[in-house]
Amino acid sequence: MKNLIDLEKKINSELTTKINKTEIRHDQIYVEIDKEDLIDVILFIKTNKDTKFRQLIDITVVDYPEQTQRFKIVYLFLSHEFNQRMILSYFINENEVISSITSIFPAANWMEREVFDMYGVNFKDHPDLRRILTDYGFEGHPLRKDFPLTGHSEVRYSENQKKVISEPVKLEQNYRNFDYESPWEGTKYIKDQTENNDKKN
Amino acid sequence: MTKKIKNLNLNFGPQHPAAHGVLRLILELDGEVVEKADPHIGLLHRGTEKLIENKTYMQAVPYFDRLDYVAPMNQEHAFALAIEKIMKIEVPHRAQFIRVMFCEIGRILSHILNVTTQALDVGALTPSLWGFEERETLMTFYERASGSRLHANYFRAGGVHQDLPAGLENDIAKFCESFPKVINDLENLLTDNRIFKQRNVDIGIVTKEDALDYSFSGVMIRGSGVAWDLRKSQPYDCYDQLEFKIPVGKNGDCYDRYLCRIEEMKESISLIKQCLAKMEKGPIKSFDGKISPPSKKEIKQSMEALIHHFKLFTEGYRVPKDEIYTAVEAPKGEFGVYLISDGSSKPYKCKIRAPGFSHLQSMDYLIKGHMLADVPAVLGSLDIVFGEVDR
Repeated sequence: MKNLIDLEKKINSELTTKINKTEIRHDQIYVEIDKEDLIDVILFIKTNKDTKFRQLIDITVVDYPEQTQRFKIVYLFLSHEFNQRMILSYFINENEVISSITSIFPAANWMEREVFDMYGVNFKDHPDLRRILTDYGFEGHPLRKDFPLTGHSEVRYSENQKKVISEPVKLEQNYRNFDYESPWEGTKYIKDQTENNDKKN
Repeated sequence: MTKKIKNLNLNFGPQHPAAHGVLRLILELDGEVVEKADPHIGLLHRGTEKLIENKTYMQAVPYFDRLDYVAPMNQEHAFALAIEKIMKIEVPHRAQFIRVMFCEIGRILSHILNVTTQALDVGALTPSLWGFEERETLMTFYERASGSRLHANYFRAGGVHQDLPAGLENDIAKFCESFPKVINDLENLLTDNRIFKQRNVDIGIVTKEDALDYSFSGVMIRGSGVAWDLRKSQPYDCYDQLEFKIPVGKNGDCYDRYLCRIEEMKESISLIKQCLAKMEKGPIKSFDGKISPPSKKEIKQSMEALIHHFKLFTEGYRVPKDEIYTAVEAPKGEFGVYLISDGSSKPYKCKIRAPGFSHLQSMDYLIKGHMLADVPAVLGSLDIVFGEVDR
Protein backbone atom coordinates (compact mmCIF):
# COMPACT_ATOMS: atom_id res chain seq x y z
CA MET A 1 0.00 0.00 0.00
CA LYS A 2 1.16 3.48 -0.83
CA ASN A 3 0.74 4.95 2.63
CA LEU A 4 0.49 3.65 6.15
CA ILE A 5 -3.16 4.60 6.67
CA ASP A 6 -4.21 2.49 3.68
CA LEU A 7 -2.01 -0.30 4.95
CA GLU A 8 -3.65 -0.15 8.36
CA LYS A 9 -7.10 -0.35 6.74
CA LYS A 10 -6.02 -3.19 4.49
CA ILE A 11 -4.61 -5.26 7.34
CA ASN A 12 -7.63 -4.64 9.51
CA SER A 13 -10.11 -5.55 6.77
CA GLU A 14 -8.27 -8.63 5.49
CA LEU A 15 -7.23 -10.12 8.78
CA THR A 16 -10.13 -8.74 10.88
CA THR A 17 -10.29 -11.13 13.83
CA LYS A 18 -6.60 -11.91 13.89
CA ILE A 19 -5.60 -8.34 14.65
CA ASN A 20 -5.99 -7.05 18.20
CA LYS A 21 -4.73 -3.54 17.74
CA THR A 22 -3.03 -1.38 15.14
CA GLU A 23 -1.40 1.98 15.58
CA ILE A 24 0.70 4.34 13.45
CA ARG A 25 3.52 6.14 15.23
CA HIS A 26 6.92 7.44 14.13
CA ASP A 27 6.15 6.47 10.50
CA GLN A 28 5.86 2.84 11.50
CA ILE A 29 2.87 0.59 11.97
CA TYR A 30 2.56 -1.26 15.28
CA VAL A 31 0.41 -4.37 15.12
CA GLU A 32 -0.64 -6.54 18.04
CA ILE A 33 -1.86 -10.09 17.43
CA ASP A 34 -2.47 -13.34 19.30
CA LYS A 35 0.14 -16.04 19.59
CA GLU A 36 -1.97 -18.56 17.63
CA ASP A 37 -2.32 -16.34 14.56
CA LEU A 38 1.39 -15.72 14.09
CA ILE A 39 1.99 -17.96 11.08
CA ASP A 40 -1.17 -16.83 9.25
CA VAL A 41 -0.44 -13.15 9.74
CA ILE A 42 3.20 -13.45 8.73
CA LEU A 43 2.38 -15.46 5.62
CA PHE A 44 -0.18 -12.84 4.67
CA ILE A 45 2.06 -9.82 5.09
CA LYS A 46 4.94 -11.52 3.31
CA THR A 47 3.05 -12.72 0.24
CA ASN A 48 0.20 -10.26 -0.26
CA LYS A 49 0.90 -7.94 -3.16
CA ASP A 50 -0.25 -4.86 -1.25
CA THR A 51 1.96 -5.43 1.78
CA LYS A 52 5.07 -7.29 0.63
CA PHE A 53 6.99 -7.25 3.88
CA ARG A 54 9.72 -9.35 2.32
CA GLN A 55 12.40 -8.78 4.90
CA LEU A 56 12.51 -9.86 8.51
CA ILE A 57 14.74 -7.34 10.23
CA ASP A 58 14.87 -8.78 13.72
CA ILE A 59 13.13 -10.78 16.40
CA THR A 60 13.38 -9.79 20.01
CA VAL A 61 11.66 -10.11 23.37
CA VAL A 62 10.78 -7.60 26.06
CA ASP A 63 10.67 -8.92 29.61
CA TYR A 64 8.01 -7.60 32.02
CA PRO A 65 8.52 -9.78 35.12
CA GLU A 66 5.62 -8.20 37.05
CA GLN A 67 3.01 -9.09 34.40
CA THR A 68 1.26 -12.45 34.22
CA GLN A 69 1.98 -12.57 30.49
CA ARG A 70 5.63 -11.99 31.03
CA PHE A 71 7.23 -11.84 27.59
CA LYS A 72 6.39 -9.61 24.68
CA ILE A 73 7.69 -11.14 21.45
CA VAL A 74 8.50 -8.53 18.82
CA TYR A 75 9.06 -9.02 15.09
CA LEU A 76 10.38 -6.20 12.93
CA PHE A 77 9.58 -6.26 9.22
CA LEU A 78 10.61 -4.14 6.29
CA SER A 79 8.95 -3.77 2.91
CA HIS A 80 11.36 -2.57 0.22
CA GLU A 81 8.55 -2.21 -2.28
CA PHE A 82 6.54 0.31 -0.28
CA ASN A 83 9.33 1.55 1.97
CA GLN A 84 7.44 0.73 5.16
CA ARG A 85 8.27 -0.80 8.50
CA MET A 86 6.03 -2.94 10.67
CA ILE A 87 6.44 -3.89 14.31
CA LEU A 88 4.44 -7.02 15.12
CA SER A 89 4.06 -8.16 18.71
CA TYR A 90 2.23 -10.49 21.05
CA PHE A 91 2.42 -11.51 24.69
CA ILE A 92 3.09 -14.98 26.08
CA ASN A 93 3.42 -16.58 29.50
CA GLU A 94 6.76 -17.63 30.85
CA ASN A 95 6.73 -21.29 29.87
CA GLU A 96 4.80 -21.09 26.63
CA VAL A 97 6.26 -22.53 23.45
CA ILE A 98 5.83 -20.47 20.28
CA SER A 99 6.01 -21.39 16.62
CA SER A 100 9.21 -20.88 14.73
CA ILE A 101 9.04 -18.92 11.48
CA THR A 102 12.26 -20.32 10.01
CA SER A 103 10.30 -22.01 7.22
CA ILE A 104 8.95 -18.63 6.09
CA PHE A 105 12.04 -16.51 6.71
CA PRO A 106 15.33 -18.45 6.79
CA ALA A 107 16.89 -15.43 8.50
CA ALA A 108 14.79 -16.19 11.60
CA ASN A 109 17.05 -19.12 12.45
CA TRP A 110 19.73 -17.27 14.38
CA MET A 111 17.36 -14.60 15.62
CA GLU A 112 15.23 -17.25 17.32
CA ARG A 113 18.34 -18.92 18.69
CA GLU A 114 19.33 -15.59 20.19
CA VAL A 115 15.91 -15.14 21.76
CA PHE A 116 16.13 -18.65 23.17
CA ASP A 117 19.59 -17.97 24.54
CA MET A 118 18.88 -14.55 26.03
CA TYR A 119 15.33 -15.07 27.33
CA GLY A 120 14.75 -18.81 27.43
CA VAL A 121 11.72 -18.71 25.13
CA ASN A 122 11.24 -22.05 23.35
CA PHE A 123 10.38 -22.45 19.69
CA LYS A 124 8.41 -25.26 18.11
CA ASP A 125 9.75 -26.73 14.82
CA HIS A 126 13.04 -24.86 14.95
CA PRO A 127 15.67 -26.89 13.05
CA ASP A 128 18.57 -26.23 15.39
CA LEU A 129 17.68 -24.59 18.71
CA ARG A 130 21.00 -24.14 20.51
CA ARG A 131 22.52 -21.34 22.51
CA ILE A 132 24.30 -18.86 20.30
CA LEU A 133 25.93 -15.92 22.05
CA THR A 134 26.74 -17.24 25.51
CA ASP A 135 29.57 -19.60 26.40
CA TYR A 136 29.42 -23.38 26.00
CA GLY A 137 27.73 -24.76 29.12
CA PHE A 138 26.31 -21.40 30.22
CA GLU A 139 23.33 -21.47 32.58
CA GLY A 140 20.54 -18.92 32.85
CA HIS A 141 19.13 -16.34 30.45
CA PRO A 142 21.08 -13.09 30.70
CA LEU A 143 18.62 -10.55 29.32
CA ARG A 144 15.82 -11.48 31.71
CA LYS A 145 15.27 -8.66 34.16
CA ASP A 146 15.86 -10.95 37.15
CA PHE A 147 19.31 -12.00 35.92
CA PRO A 148 21.93 -9.95 37.80
CA LEU A 149 24.14 -7.61 35.80
CA THR A 150 27.24 -9.18 37.29
CA GLY A 151 26.18 -12.71 36.32
CA HIS A 152 26.54 -15.74 38.53
CA SER A 153 29.99 -17.03 37.73
CA GLU A 154 33.30 -15.64 36.55
CA VAL A 155 36.22 -17.34 34.84
CA ARG A 156 39.93 -16.99 35.49
CA TYR A 157 43.12 -18.85 34.78
CA SER A 158 44.22 -20.91 37.76
CA GLU A 159 47.99 -21.20 38.12
CA ASN A 160 47.61 -24.24 40.39
CA GLN A 161 45.36 -26.27 38.12
CA LYS A 162 46.96 -24.91 34.93
CA LYS A 163 43.59 -24.31 33.29
CA VAL A 164 40.74 -21.81 33.06
CA ILE A 165 38.30 -22.35 35.91
CA SER A 166 34.84 -20.96 36.60
CA GLU A 167 33.81 -19.86 40.08
CA PRO A 168 31.00 -17.81 41.68
CA VAL A 169 31.27 -14.05 41.24
CA LYS A 170 33.15 -12.24 43.99
CA LEU A 171 32.94 -8.45 43.83
CA GLU A 172 36.00 -6.56 45.05
CA GLN A 173 34.12 -3.30 44.86
CA ASN A 174 30.43 -2.59 44.90
CA TYR A 175 28.58 -1.76 41.71
CA ARG A 176 26.71 1.38 42.65
CA ASN A 177 23.31 1.65 41.11
CA PHE A 178 21.85 4.90 42.39
CA ASP A 179 18.12 5.28 42.48
CA TYR A 180 17.58 8.90 41.49
CA GLU A 181 13.82 8.71 41.82
CA SER A 182 13.99 8.56 45.63
CA PRO A 183 17.40 9.73 46.78
CA TRP A 184 16.55 9.42 50.50
CA GLU A 185 16.31 5.67 50.69
CA GLY A 186 19.90 5.19 49.63
CA THR A 187 21.41 2.70 47.25
CA LYS A 188 20.95 -1.02 46.96
CA TYR A 189 24.38 -2.57 47.08
CA ILE A 190 24.70 -5.74 45.03
CA LYS A 191 27.74 -6.99 46.92
CA ASP A 192 25.94 -7.00 50.28
CA GLN A 193 23.01 -8.82 48.75
CA THR A 194 25.13 -11.58 47.26
CA GLU A 195 27.08 -11.97 50.49
CA ASN A 196 23.85 -12.22 52.49
CA ASN A 197 22.63 -14.87 50.08
CA ASP A 198 25.85 -16.79 50.61
CA LYS A 199 25.34 -16.66 54.38
CA LYS A 200 21.78 -17.95 54.03
CA ASN A 201 23.00 -20.82 51.93
CA MET B 1 36.18 -54.47 -1.40
CA THR B 2 34.39 -51.24 -0.57
CA LYS B 3 36.15 -48.34 0.98
CA LYS B 4 34.39 -46.25 3.60
CA ILE B 5 34.68 -42.53 2.93
CA LYS B 6 34.08 -40.20 5.84
CA ASN B 7 33.67 -36.44 5.66
CA LEU B 8 36.37 -34.47 7.37
CA ASN B 9 35.47 -31.96 10.07
CA LEU B 10 37.70 -28.94 10.15
CA ASN B 11 37.87 -26.33 12.89
CA PHE B 12 38.50 -22.93 11.33
CA GLY B 13 39.40 -20.45 14.07
CA PRO B 14 38.69 -19.05 16.70
CA GLN B 15 42.24 -17.76 16.28
CA HIS B 16 42.74 -17.50 12.56
CA PRO B 17 43.88 -14.33 10.77
CA ALA B 18 41.35 -14.77 7.96
CA ALA B 19 38.45 -15.19 10.39
CA HIS B 20 38.44 -11.40 10.94
CA GLY B 21 38.15 -11.74 14.68
CA VAL B 22 37.04 -14.54 16.90
CA LEU B 23 34.95 -16.81 14.72
CA ARG B 24 34.92 -20.53 15.18
CA LEU B 25 33.76 -22.07 11.95
CA ILE B 26 33.19 -25.79 11.89
CA LEU B 27 33.46 -27.00 8.32
CA GLU B 28 32.42 -30.38 7.05
CA LEU B 29 34.61 -31.21 4.09
CA ASP B 30 34.25 -33.79 1.36
CA GLY B 31 37.73 -33.75 -0.04
CA GLU B 32 38.30 -30.05 -0.58
CA VAL B 33 34.63 -29.20 -1.09
CA VAL B 34 32.70 -27.67 1.79
CA GLU B 35 29.52 -29.61 2.58
CA LYS B 36 28.38 -27.68 5.62
CA ALA B 37 29.51 -24.69 7.61
CA ASP B 38 28.47 -24.09 11.20
CA PRO B 39 29.70 -20.76 12.58
CA HIS B 40 30.03 -20.63 16.36
CA ILE B 41 29.82 -17.03 17.47
CA GLY B 42 29.62 -15.30 20.82
CA LEU B 43 33.29 -15.43 21.74
CA LEU B 44 33.27 -11.65 21.93
CA HIS B 45 29.87 -11.38 23.65
CA ARG B 46 29.98 -8.63 26.27
CA GLY B 47 26.32 -8.25 27.09
CA THR B 48 26.06 -4.75 25.62
CA GLU B 49 22.27 -4.74 25.68
CA LYS B 50 22.16 -5.71 29.35
CA LEU B 51 24.74 -3.05 30.22
CA ILE B 52 22.78 -0.37 28.36
CA GLU B 53 19.67 -1.19 30.39
CA ASN B 54 21.67 -0.29 33.49
CA LYS B 55 23.11 2.99 32.25
CA THR B 56 21.62 6.40 31.55
CA TYR B 57 21.06 7.37 27.94
CA MET B 58 24.21 9.48 27.87
CA GLN B 59 26.32 6.76 29.47
CA ALA B 60 25.08 4.24 26.89
CA VAL B 61 26.63 6.02 23.90
CA PRO B 62 30.21 4.68 24.31
CA TYR B 63 28.93 1.12 24.10
CA PHE B 64 27.93 1.80 20.52
CA ASP B 65 31.52 2.64 19.58
CA ARG B 66 32.51 -0.81 20.69
CA LEU B 67 30.08 -2.64 18.40
CA ASP B 68 31.44 -2.14 14.92
CA TYR B 69 34.76 -0.73 16.05
CA VAL B 70 35.97 0.12 12.54
CA ALA B 71 33.21 2.70 12.00
CA PRO B 72 32.23 3.83 15.49
CA MET B 73 30.21 6.97 14.87
CA ASN B 74 27.72 5.33 12.51
CA GLN B 75 26.40 3.27 15.40
CA GLU B 76 26.13 6.23 17.75
CA HIS B 77 24.07 7.90 15.05
CA ALA B 78 21.33 5.26 15.22
CA PHE B 79 21.04 5.60 18.99
CA ALA B 80 21.02 9.40 18.90
CA LEU B 81 18.30 9.36 16.21
CA ALA B 82 16.15 6.99 18.26
CA ILE B 83 16.19 9.30 21.28
CA GLU B 84 15.65 12.38 19.12
CA LYS B 85 12.59 10.86 17.48
CA ILE B 86 11.02 9.92 20.81
CA MET B 87 11.72 13.28 22.44
CA LYS B 88 11.12 15.26 19.21
CA ILE B 89 14.41 17.14 19.49
CA GLU B 90 15.42 19.50 16.70
CA VAL B 91 19.01 19.03 15.63
CA PRO B 92 20.77 22.24 14.54
CA HIS B 93 21.83 22.54 10.93
CA ARG B 94 25.58 22.45 11.55
CA ALA B 95 25.33 19.44 13.85
CA GLN B 96 23.52 17.47 11.15
CA PHE B 97 26.27 18.13 8.65
CA ILE B 98 29.02 17.31 11.14
CA ARG B 99 27.31 14.03 11.95
CA VAL B 100 26.78 13.07 8.32
CA MET B 101 30.36 14.01 7.48
CA PHE B 102 31.75 11.81 10.22
CA CYS B 103 29.43 8.97 9.24
CA GLU B 104 30.85 9.12 5.74
CA ILE B 105 34.37 9.16 7.15
CA GLY B 106 33.34 6.06 9.09
CA ARG B 107 32.12 4.48 5.87
CA ILE B 108 35.49 5.07 4.23
CA LEU B 109 37.27 3.72 7.32
CA SER B 110 35.24 0.55 7.19
CA HIS B 111 35.44 0.03 3.44
CA ILE B 112 39.22 0.55 3.33
CA LEU B 113 39.62 -2.06 6.02
CA ASN B 114 37.33 -4.48 4.28
CA VAL B 115 38.65 -4.10 0.75
CA THR B 116 42.28 -4.31 1.77
CA THR B 117 41.92 -7.22 4.19
CA GLN B 118 39.86 -9.10 1.65
CA ALA B 119 42.76 -8.64 -0.76
CA LEU B 120 45.10 -9.80 1.99
CA ASP B 121 43.02 -12.94 2.50
CA VAL B 122 43.39 -13.87 -1.13
CA GLY B 123 47.09 -13.12 -1.24
CA ALA B 124 47.72 -9.43 -1.93
CA LEU B 125 49.74 -7.72 0.77
CA THR B 126 50.35 -4.23 -0.62
CA PRO B 127 46.77 -2.80 -0.55
CA SER B 128 46.54 -3.17 3.20
CA LEU B 129 49.79 -1.29 3.69
CA TRP B 130 48.56 1.57 1.50
CA GLY B 131 45.05 1.56 2.86
CA PHE B 132 45.98 1.58 6.51
CA GLU B 133 48.02 4.74 6.06
CA GLU B 134 44.84 6.51 4.94
CA ARG B 135 42.85 5.01 7.80
CA GLU B 136 45.38 6.48 10.19
CA THR B 137 44.82 9.94 8.67
CA LEU B 138 41.05 9.53 9.04
CA MET B 139 41.40 8.42 12.61
CA THR B 140 43.36 11.55 13.44
CA PHE B 141 40.29 13.48 12.22
CA TYR B 142 38.23 11.45 14.67
CA GLU B 143 40.76 12.23 17.37
CA ARG B 144 40.78 15.95 16.70
CA ALA B 145 36.99 16.16 16.85
CA SER B 146 36.26 13.81 19.71
CA GLY B 147 39.56 13.23 21.51
CA SER B 148 39.79 9.58 20.61
CA ARG B 149 40.90 7.64 17.55
CA LEU B 150 38.40 4.84 17.89
CA HIS B 151 36.01 5.13 20.82
CA ALA B 152 34.69 8.51 19.88
CA ASN B 153 31.63 9.03 22.13
CA TYR B 154 30.91 12.10 20.05
CA PHE B 155 27.24 12.07 19.01
CA ARG B 156 24.61 13.20 21.46
CA ALA B 157 20.86 13.29 21.30
CA GLY B 158 20.34 16.77 19.87
CA GLY B 159 23.69 17.22 18.16
CA VAL B 160 27.31 16.47 18.83
CA HIS B 161 29.47 16.86 21.93
CA GLN B 162 31.61 19.80 20.80
CA ASP B 163 32.34 21.89 17.74
CA LEU B 164 35.13 21.01 15.31
CA PRO B 165 38.52 22.44 16.28
CA ALA B 166 40.04 25.18 14.12
CA GLY B 167 41.63 23.92 10.93
CA LEU B 168 40.00 20.50 10.89
CA GLU B 169 37.61 21.38 8.07
CA ASN B 170 40.54 22.48 5.89
CA ASP B 171 42.46 19.30 6.58
CA ILE B 172 39.46 17.12 5.75
CA ALA B 173 39.06 19.08 2.50
CA LYS B 174 42.72 18.42 1.69
CA PHE B 175 42.22 14.73 2.37
CA CYS B 176 39.28 14.71 -0.07
CA GLU B 177 41.65 15.96 -2.75
CA SER B 178 44.38 13.40 -2.12
CA PHE B 179 42.32 10.32 -1.34
CA PRO B 180 40.85 9.61 -4.82
CA LYS B 181 44.40 8.95 -6.01
CA VAL B 182 44.79 6.27 -3.35
CA ILE B 183 41.53 4.63 -4.43
CA ASN B 184 42.90 4.66 -7.98
CA ASP B 185 46.11 3.02 -6.81
CA LEU B 186 44.14 0.34 -4.99
CA GLU B 187 42.04 -0.24 -8.08
CA ASN B 188 45.14 -0.51 -10.26
CA LEU B 189 46.38 -3.23 -7.97
CA LEU B 190 43.15 -5.17 -7.63
CA THR B 191 40.33 -4.49 -10.08
CA ASP B 192 41.91 -6.07 -13.13
CA ASN B 193 44.31 -8.27 -11.24
CA ARG B 194 44.12 -11.80 -12.62
CA ILE B 195 44.68 -13.55 -9.29
CA PHE B 196 42.23 -11.32 -7.43
CA LYS B 197 39.56 -11.94 -10.07
CA GLN B 198 40.15 -15.68 -10.10
CA ARG B 199 39.60 -15.75 -6.36
CA ASN B 200 36.50 -13.54 -6.30
CA VAL B 201 34.51 -13.65 -9.54
CA ASP B 202 31.58 -16.08 -9.32
CA ILE B 203 32.36 -16.91 -5.70
CA GLY B 204 29.64 -16.64 -3.08
CA ILE B 205 26.82 -15.66 -5.44
CA VAL B 206 23.68 -14.29 -3.79
CA THR B 207 20.47 -14.06 -5.79
CA LYS B 208 18.00 -11.22 -5.26
CA GLU B 209 15.42 -13.47 -3.66
CA ASP B 210 17.87 -15.05 -1.25
CA ALA B 211 19.30 -11.67 -0.32
CA LEU B 212 15.81 -10.67 0.80
CA ASP B 213 15.07 -13.94 2.58
CA TYR B 214 18.32 -13.88 4.53
CA SER B 215 17.75 -10.28 5.69
CA PHE B 216 20.77 -8.96 3.88
CA SER B 217 21.34 -5.23 3.80
CA GLY B 218 23.94 -2.72 2.72
CA VAL B 219 26.52 -3.82 0.19
CA MET B 220 25.38 -7.44 0.51
CA ILE B 221 21.99 -6.64 -0.99
CA ARG B 222 23.21 -3.94 -3.40
CA GLY B 223 25.82 -6.32 -4.79
CA SER B 224 22.92 -8.54 -5.84
CA GLY B 225 21.24 -5.77 -7.78
CA VAL B 226 18.70 -4.43 -5.28
CA ALA B 227 19.03 -0.65 -5.21
CA TRP B 228 18.22 -0.18 -1.55
CA ASP B 229 19.95 2.38 0.61
CA LEU B 230 18.42 3.84 3.77
CA ARG B 231 20.22 7.11 3.16
CA LYS B 232 18.03 7.52 0.06
CA SER B 233 14.86 5.65 0.91
CA GLN B 234 14.41 6.77 4.51
CA PRO B 235 16.70 9.80 4.73
CA TYR B 236 17.82 10.89 8.16
CA ASP B 237 19.58 14.09 9.25
CA CYS B 238 20.62 16.05 6.14
CA TYR B 239 20.98 13.21 3.63
CA ASP B 240 17.99 14.53 1.66
CA GLN B 241 19.92 17.74 0.95
CA LEU B 242 22.91 15.92 -0.49
CA GLU B 243 23.40 14.33 -3.86
CA PHE B 244 24.87 10.90 -4.24
CA LYS B 245 24.51 7.77 -6.32
CA ILE B 246 23.96 4.23 -5.14
CA PRO B 247 26.33 1.76 -6.77
CA VAL B 248 24.59 -1.53 -7.55
CA GLY B 249 26.15 -4.86 -8.49
CA LYS B 250 25.01 -7.22 -11.22
CA ASN B 251 26.04 -10.77 -10.36
CA GLY B 252 25.98 -10.72 -6.56
CA ASP B 253 29.38 -12.35 -6.21
CA CYS B 254 32.36 -11.36 -4.07
CA TYR B 255 33.87 -9.34 -6.90
CA ASP B 256 30.73 -7.20 -7.37
CA ARG B 257 30.62 -6.49 -3.68
CA TYR B 258 34.25 -5.37 -3.86
CA LEU B 259 33.39 -3.03 -6.76
CA CYS B 260 30.40 -1.62 -4.84
CA ARG B 261 32.61 -0.81 -1.88
CA ILE B 262 35.16 0.96 -4.07
CA GLU B 263 32.41 3.04 -5.71
CA GLU B 264 30.83 3.82 -2.34
CA MET B 265 34.13 5.22 -1.13
CA LYS B 266 34.16 7.61 -4.09
CA GLU B 267 30.57 8.65 -3.32
CA SER B 268 31.51 9.19 0.33
CA ILE B 269 34.29 11.55 -0.68
CA SER B 270 31.79 13.56 -2.72
CA LEU B 271 29.37 13.58 0.25
CA ILE B 272 32.08 14.85 2.59
CA LYS B 273 32.90 17.63 0.13
CA GLN B 274 29.23 18.63 -0.08
CA CYS B 275 28.96 18.64 3.72
CA LEU B 276 32.01 20.88 4.00
CA ALA B 277 30.59 23.24 1.40
CA LYS B 278 27.13 23.47 2.99
CA MET B 279 28.25 23.59 6.60
CA GLU B 280 27.66 27.00 8.15
CA LYS B 281 28.79 28.36 11.46
CA GLY B 282 26.22 27.88 14.17
CA PRO B 283 25.17 25.88 17.20
CA ILE B 284 26.20 22.23 17.33
CA LYS B 285 23.72 20.93 19.87
CA SER B 286 20.16 21.47 20.94
CA PHE B 287 19.53 24.56 23.07
CA ASP B 288 17.25 22.65 25.43
CA GLY B 289 19.03 22.78 28.78
CA LYS B 290 17.20 19.63 29.87
CA ILE B 291 19.05 17.61 27.22
CA SER B 292 22.30 19.35 26.30
CA PRO B 293 24.77 20.16 29.05
CA PRO B 294 25.66 23.85 29.43
CA SER B 295 29.09 25.25 28.63
CA LYS B 296 31.69 25.72 31.34
CA LYS B 297 31.30 29.48 31.03
CA GLU B 298 27.59 29.33 31.66
CA ILE B 299 28.01 27.11 34.71
CA LYS B 300 30.19 29.78 36.31
CA GLN B 301 27.58 32.48 35.78
CA SER B 302 24.16 30.92 35.96
CA MET B 303 22.60 28.98 38.81
CA GLU B 304 20.13 27.32 36.43
CA ALA B 305 22.96 26.08 34.20
CA LEU B 306 24.70 24.63 37.24
CA ILE B 307 21.56 22.75 38.27
CA HIS B 308 21.09 21.47 34.72
CA HIS B 309 24.68 20.30 34.63
CA PHE B 310 24.34 18.50 37.94
CA LYS B 311 21.08 16.80 37.00
CA LEU B 312 22.33 15.77 33.55
CA PHE B 313 25.47 14.12 34.84
CA THR B 314 23.91 12.37 37.82
CA GLU B 315 20.41 11.37 36.88
CA GLY B 316 20.56 12.06 33.15
CA TYR B 317 17.59 13.18 31.06
CA ARG B 318 14.33 11.30 31.20
CA VAL B 319 12.84 9.92 28.02
CA PRO B 320 9.03 9.61 27.85
CA LYS B 321 7.46 6.18 27.58
CA ASP B 322 7.63 5.00 23.99
CA GLU B 323 8.75 2.26 21.67
CA ILE B 324 10.66 2.88 18.46
CA TYR B 325 12.84 1.25 15.84
CA THR B 326 15.32 3.45 14.00
CA ALA B 327 17.86 2.31 11.48
CA VAL B 328 20.78 3.90 9.73
CA GLU B 329 22.78 2.79 6.72
CA ALA B 330 25.99 1.76 8.45
CA PRO B 331 28.92 0.72 6.21
CA LYS B 332 28.02 -2.92 6.70
CA GLY B 333 24.29 -2.59 6.19
CA GLU B 334 21.20 -1.70 8.15
CA PHE B 335 22.18 -0.99 11.72
CA GLY B 336 19.11 -0.54 13.89
CA VAL B 337 18.18 0.27 17.46
CA TYR B 338 14.89 -0.95 18.89
CA LEU B 339 14.47 1.21 21.95
CA ILE B 340 11.83 0.97 24.67
CA SER B 341 11.80 3.82 27.16
CA ASP B 342 9.72 3.78 30.32
CA GLY B 343 9.87 7.42 31.37
CA SER B 344 12.98 7.03 33.51
CA SER B 345 16.52 8.06 32.65
CA LYS B 346 17.56 4.56 31.64
CA PRO B 347 16.34 2.56 28.63
CA TYR B 348 13.98 -0.28 29.56
CA LYS B 349 15.21 -2.25 26.61
CA CYS B 350 17.65 -1.54 23.81
CA LYS B 351 17.87 -4.22 21.17
CA ILE B 352 20.68 -3.72 18.70
CA ARG B 353 20.16 -4.99 15.17
CA ALA B 354 23.58 -5.65 13.71
CA PRO B 355 23.87 -6.26 9.96
CA GLY B 356 26.77 -8.68 10.36
CA PHE B 357 24.64 -11.05 12.41
CA SER B 358 22.31 -11.90 9.55
CA HIS B 359 25.14 -11.88 7.03
CA LEU B 360 27.21 -14.39 8.95
CA GLN B 361 24.13 -16.54 9.46
CA SER B 362 24.02 -17.21 5.73
CA MET B 363 27.57 -18.60 5.73
CA ASP B 364 26.27 -22.15 5.32
CA TYR B 365 24.14 -21.16 2.32
CA LEU B 366 26.95 -19.14 0.71
CA ILE B 367 29.79 -21.60 1.07
CA LYS B 368 28.05 -24.89 0.35
CA GLY B 369 29.73 -26.54 -2.66
CA HIS B 370 32.67 -24.13 -2.72
CA MET B 371 36.27 -25.10 -2.08
CA LEU B 372 37.96 -24.66 1.27
CA ALA B 373 40.15 -21.92 -0.19
CA ASP B 374 37.03 -19.87 -0.97
CA VAL B 375 36.03 -19.66 2.68
CA PRO B 376 38.29 -16.67 3.47
CA ALA B 377 37.22 -14.92 0.25
CA VAL B 378 33.51 -15.24 1.08
CA LEU B 379 34.06 -14.39 4.72
CA GLY B 380 36.05 -11.34 3.67
CA SER B 381 33.34 -10.09 1.34
CA LEU B 382 30.65 -10.49 4.05
CA ASP B 383 32.44 -7.71 5.94
CA ILE B 384 32.21 -9.25 9.38
CA VAL B 385 33.27 -7.42 12.50
CA PHE B 386 32.78 -9.39 15.67
CA GLY B 387 32.15 -6.41 17.87
CA GLU B 388 28.71 -6.05 16.31
CA VAL B 389 27.95 -9.70 15.56
CA ASP B 390 28.46 -10.78 19.18
CA ARG B 391 27.44 -7.53 20.89
